[in-house]
Order: sequence, then C-alpha cells, then structure tokens
Amino acid sequence: MMNHSQPQGADYNYTVVRQFALTTVLWGIIGMTVGVLIAAQLIWPQLNFDTPWLTYSRLRPLHTNAVIFAFGTSALFATSYYIVQRTCQTRLFAPRIAAFTFWGWQAIILSAVLTLPLGITSGKEYAELEWPIDIAITIVWVAYAVVFFGTIIKRTTSHIYVANWFFGAFIITVAVLHIVNSMAVPVSLWKSYSLYAGAVDAMVQWWYGHNAVGFLLTAGFLGMMYYFVPKQAGRPVYSYRLSIVHFWALIALYIWAGPHHLHYTALPDWTQSLGMVMSLILFAPSWGGMINGIMTLSGAWHKLRTDPVLRFLVVSLSFYGMSTFEGPMMAIKTVNALSHYTDWTVGHVHSGALGWVAMVSIGSLYHLIPVLYGHGRMYSTNLVNVHFWLATIGTVLYIVSMWISGVMQGLMWRAVNSDGTLTYSFVESIEASYPFYFVRFLGGCFFVTGMLIMAFNVIKTVKAPKESLPALAEA
Amino acid sequence: MSSFWSIWITVLTIVVIAGCFILLKIVSKNTTGVEEGESMGHSFDGIEELNNPLPKWWSYMFYLTIVFGVIYLALYPGLGNFKGFLGWSSANQSIGTENGIKADSEAAVKLAEKEGRWVQYDQEVKKADERFGPIFAAYLATPLEELVKDPEALKVGGRLFLQNCAQCHGSDARGSKGFPNLADGAWLYGGDLATIKTTIMDGRHGMMPPKGGLPIEDSELKGLTEYVVKLSGRDHDEALAAQGQGSFMKGCFACHGMDGTGNKFMGAPNLTDNAWLYGGSRGVIEQSIKNGRSGVMPAWKDVLGEEKVHVISAYVYSLSNK
Repeated sequence: MMNHSQPQGADYNYTVVRQFALTTVLWGIIGMTVGVLIAAQLIWPQLNFDTPWLTYSRLRPLHTNAVIFAFGTSALFATSYYIVQRTCQTRLFAPRIAAFTFWGWQAIILSAVLTLPLGITSGKEYAELEWPIDIAITIVWVAYAVVFFGTIIKRTTSHIYVANWFFGAFIITVAVLHIVNSMAVPVSLWKSYSLYAGAVDAMVQWWYGHNAVGFLLTAGFLGMMYYFVPKQAGRPVYSYRLSIVHFWALIALYIWAGPHHLHYTALPDWTQSLGMVMSLILFAPSWGGMINGIMTLSGAWHKLRTDPVLRFLVVSLSFYGMSTFEGPMMAIKTVNALSHYTDWTVGHVHSGALGWVAMVSIGSLYHLIPVLYGHGRMYSTNLVNVHFWLATIGTVLYIVSMWISGVMQGLMWRAVNSDGTLTYSFVESIEASYPFYFVRFLGGCFFVTGMLIMAFNVIKTVKAPKESLPALAEA
Repeated sequence: MSSFWSIWITVLTIVVIAGCFILLKIVSKNTTGVEEGESMGHSFDGIEELNNPLPKWWSYMFYLTIVFGVIYLALYPGLGNFKGFLGWSSANQSIGTENGIKADSEAAVKLAEKEGRWVQYDQEVKKADERFGPIFAAYLATPLEELVKDPEALKVGGRLFLQNCAQCHGSDARGSKGFPNLADGAWLYGGDLATIKTTIMDGRHGMMPPKGGLPIEDSELKGLTEYVVKLSGRDHDEALAAQGQGSFMKGCFACHGMDGTGNKFMGAPNLTDNAWLYGGSRGVIEQSIKNGRSGVMPAWKDVLGEEKVHVISAYVYSLSNK
C-alpha cells in the first residue's frame, strides 16, 4: 500500500507543488536565520551595526512574517495542493490560477522582505504589511480557495478526506481573519490607520492573532499531519470518530480564544472570562489530533528505529501535544499573571513553531520531495537523521531556556519587599536573562544548521537522475 | 452592552459549549454501522480510517473542562451582562459609569462595597494600604533632616527610585542627555532637602526659548558658544569669546546671571560648573542656544503620594551628600 505510483487516469499537477516545496526550504532558511540574528542582537546589541533597517524592531516582524507566511504557508500550499489531488483522485482545478497563487504569494513575500526593513508597517503584530500588500494577499488567498475548493468539488472519491476538512477550515477562516483585521484607512501609499480604536482594536488584533495560530499554524498543519503520518507509517488513521469530534470542536472553540492575549487589560471582564474558558475547553480537542496521529502508529512503532522521516512526524506531534497543553494552562488568568509579557510566551510560541510547525513540515517535505522528483527516498537518509537530531536538540534548548528565563522574569517582577516596594527593577530582570538568551541563540543555530543540511539533501535529491534513489527495503 | 448583544453573546457561548458536549455524547456511541476497530471502508490514496472508539480518558478530560467552563461562567462575568454569582469585577470602572458616578472615584469604590461587589483592584489596594500605609506614615512623620540618617529609609527610597525614577535618571542616578545627573551636586533648582521634595512633588518645567528670545543673529552663535565654553573654564579662543560676551550681554545674563552662575529660582543652569544637561561640546551648546530647550519633570504628588516622595527626597539628597 506504500507505493507512490499514480492511480490510473489521474495525472496530477505537481509543478506548483514542487515550486512551493522548494521555496518552503528557501524561506525556512531565510526566516530562521533572521530569527537567529535578532536572538543574537538581544545579547550583542551592536549586531545592528547602527543601521536602521538592521535593528531588532524592523527585523523581528520580518522574522515572524518570513517563518509564518513564507515558510509555513508555502509548506501549506505545497502539501494542500498535493494532498487534495491525491485524496480526491483528481487533477488540481484551474492550473493557471494555481500558478498565479505561487507567483502571487512569492511577490507578496518579496514585498514583505522589502517593506518591513524599511520600517513600513501597520504596527499590528503578525499583520504588519501595509494596505496595498493586504489587498494583494486577499486576491491570492481567494485564488487559493478557488483552486482548493474547485478540486474538492470535482473529486472522484465519494467522501472528503479528513485532511481536507482541516485545509478547508484553514483557508476560509484565514480569509475572514485577514480581511477583518486589516480593515484600515489609508492616508498614503505606504501608511494606513486601523479602522478600529482602543480596546476594540486590540480585541480584533488578537482575535486575528490567535487564530493565525489556531487556523493557520494548527488546523492547516493538522491537515498535513493527517496525510503524511498514516502515509509514512503505512497504517490506517486510528479513529475516524475522534477526527470528527476534534475537528468540529477545535474550529468551534479556537475562534473564541483570542482574549487570553489581553488578560488584565482594558478589555471587559466578560470577554476575558470567555477567552479563558474557551481556551481551556479547547485543550481536549487539540489533543484529539495528537492522539489520532500517534495512535496511527499502532503496529508500526518499530519503524521509528529506521525511519527518521517518521521520527520527525511523531516528535512534531509530541511537541504539538506539549504546547497545546501549555497554551490552555497559560490562558488561565492566574497563570497568565505570571507568564504574560515574559519569555515564557516566547518559549511557548517556539515549542509550537519549531517543535510542531517546522518539524511536521520538514518531515512531510522529506516524504514529499522524493515523490515529486520520481524517487523512492531522499538522497541521504543519514543526513535526514542528522537533521532530526539538530532540530530536536535546537528546539529543546530554545524552549527550556525560555521557560527558565520566563518564569524567572515573572517571579522577579512580582517580588515585593516588606515595605511594599518592588524588589527588582526591570533592568535587573533583563540582566539576569542574558545566559538564557545565549542558550536560546545556540538552539536557533542548531535549528538553522539542520535546515542548511536539508537544503543540501534536497538539492542532491532534485538533481539525481530519475528513479536513481530507490526506497530502502524495510528493516 | 445593550441587551441585544448580551443575548447574542450568551446564546452563542451556550450553543458552542453545549454543542461540544452533545457532539461528544453522540460520537461516543458507535452509530457508524461499522464494527469498532474495523475500517470505515473508504480509502484515500491508500489511507484507510479505523472506527476506533474515543479514548475514555480523553472523553472524561473533555467533559471535565466543559464542567469547569460552565461553573466558571456561573461564578464570574462572561455571559453578556450577567455579572456572575460571586459579584467579582477586576476594577470599579464599569460600576462607576453604570451608575453615573465617575469611574475609579472614591464614590465608585463605596458603591461597589455597598452592593457587595468584589472588586479585585480595590481589594488589593486596600490590603496593600493597610499593610504598608503605617510604614510610610511613620516616615512622613519623620523630618527629612532625620530621615537622611536612617539607613533603612534610604534603602526604601533607593528601591522606590529604581522603580519610578531610574527610567529617566538612570539606575545610578547619573542621568543622561536631557535628564539631570542627581549625584554630581550640581542643582538646577537647588539641592537642599525642601527644594528636592518640592521638585519631586510638583514637577518642573525647564524652558529656554530659541536664542533666549533675544535679537541674536545666527552669525553670533559661534562667538556666543565660545563664550559659554570660556565660562565653563575650558580652553577657548579668546578673541571669539570676547565677541560672544557682547552677545551674552544682549540679555542672556537675565537668567544665567552676569557671571553665568545661573538662577536657581527659575532653574536657569549654571554655565560655569561644567555640568551639562544636554551636552557640553561646542556643537551641542550651539544647538541649545539656537533652538532652545524644553525639559519636563512630571509631578509625582498624585502618582506616589507625599509619603513616598518624602522618602525618595531623602534618598536623592543622600546621593550627593554622603
């Protein structure tokens, strides 16, 4: 059942899949390298070289946009276009529009790479791009929806596979989030002001921000997981019923979770309560995906010994489970009172971003790229293994250092003397964080090194003569 | 919130939470027509799906979070305008505005108390006041002259300084461009205890208009700058400084004094002590003269209260009077 040969009558459109798959690697390296640079700037501020466009404030949005929208979203484009064709047993709908989504999306990424370092920003986190680019995103995104849902409509299978539910939910919701949050009044070509004001603006921003996490970085990548884990393990999906409950509960609850980013602010109490309660109930549905993925390995656990690709996928699910447990906990107001504004949040985000999003994408690409170029495996399985360890160690270094420094900062900020004055000034907590910033920087270096090895392995695989890399016999 | 939106949010919340509950309940039973553990019978690109039951521990965990959510929303505000049975509120903001009382006013606090509302912010402030109030009341009752001899009080003052003053004046109190150095013994408004306290309590606004508001030509700036350099006792071009002295006599002396030693009543800096608020290089001095300067120290009376300002004053004094 593990053969990748195309079923009869289906002639899949792999061109756009190949394009997105390769740019995923490229943008991954660029986005993560910028991340390592800004991590280094927090230890050695002189690394901005007194150049405005190399300052932390301008490179940080470039880093987040590059890893979320260039690396992550390219990975989603590649895998969703691949999966929707193969699980619907039909060719991609409207190949020209599909090609447009590739070139359009790359143009948008390039415009981000140019405008963000120039300081052109709307000032909304994860939505910094200015209004002309926002309009371009909307157009490309609608084109994406046309291609994806067009393919679903012309499917030759009777049912719609669970991976496509998640991709569908992700595409629709991201469109809604992007349009609502980006509503702005332009005052010039490169400057606009949000349509919303005050607490409403903050709420709309985090309704968007948290669901960029929920629908793009969670639902989208669960779609990826639901195809590549059973495929790579060669096992059926553990529970169809579990996928039904956790899918509907996940998308119904996630959309409410945004207010937990605004605990103890001017946001009304009732909004904060709802955000916290929904975030907590979200815990079980989030874990549903992890259980379904990991239990799919029943009867195939031995494959983890020999297959580093499967290892990537399973470890990504473990990190997913860890951060979706951590998230609801941090949404509890009393926990949030300690964790908010500290490095704990940064660690939490990266346990999701590196451990889950990047690792599941990397695992999927290691499965996908040989198929796209007519091979049975990557050029070097050993290098995949090396990449696996670099990525895992890098992620662990990152999140553990941020946990420690985050909890330390939280405790230092709330420490009070017997006279009611604060024990530490803010700058003392920064000083105490330096060692952890260094460990975080080290973790980032590990992760980027892994990505560079991946790039080498991918180039070698792509350039190898067709079918010269046969699948290894199962141990 | 109008009652329409209150109902809207309440209904939506209940539908979502109850929906999760019902979905979980229904799917827990096997209604698929396929035996448990068997394949659902569809295959997607070779992937089949099994009809395994939901893990029991997972379902219980799901139910548990739903129960917690329902209890929480009964106790705390969440369902629209419903306040929750605990009467909890983070601040008295809405209590005040609802009743036409100024939010955060004492009347709002009293009203909340009368209505039995548990306003977290007011409670915490009250508790802190009860615990720490006597300590600072005792400090306030001690004259500053004695307070500066109390090492414990100076420590408290130092901590308050780090939290509230260090942002501008630096954690070592040595200031930075535009923010006075408090440790060098050079004072704009005076360094005696009472004046320091007045400065912190009421704030200061130090203002020099461009060219002192005097008919000084741009061509005179070089000379005037040189004269200021001379006043501060540094190497200078005597001829140029002599020209500048002429410009100085057009009126600069009105604030800075005939001898350039300044005027503490109006906070006019002493130009002879080589202590510079904005920088003492020729370039910066010329800029200061040409464009003027305006610096603000906010009033802390309403932010910290006199008790804490009293202690900080002693600390600031101690910095240059060891």
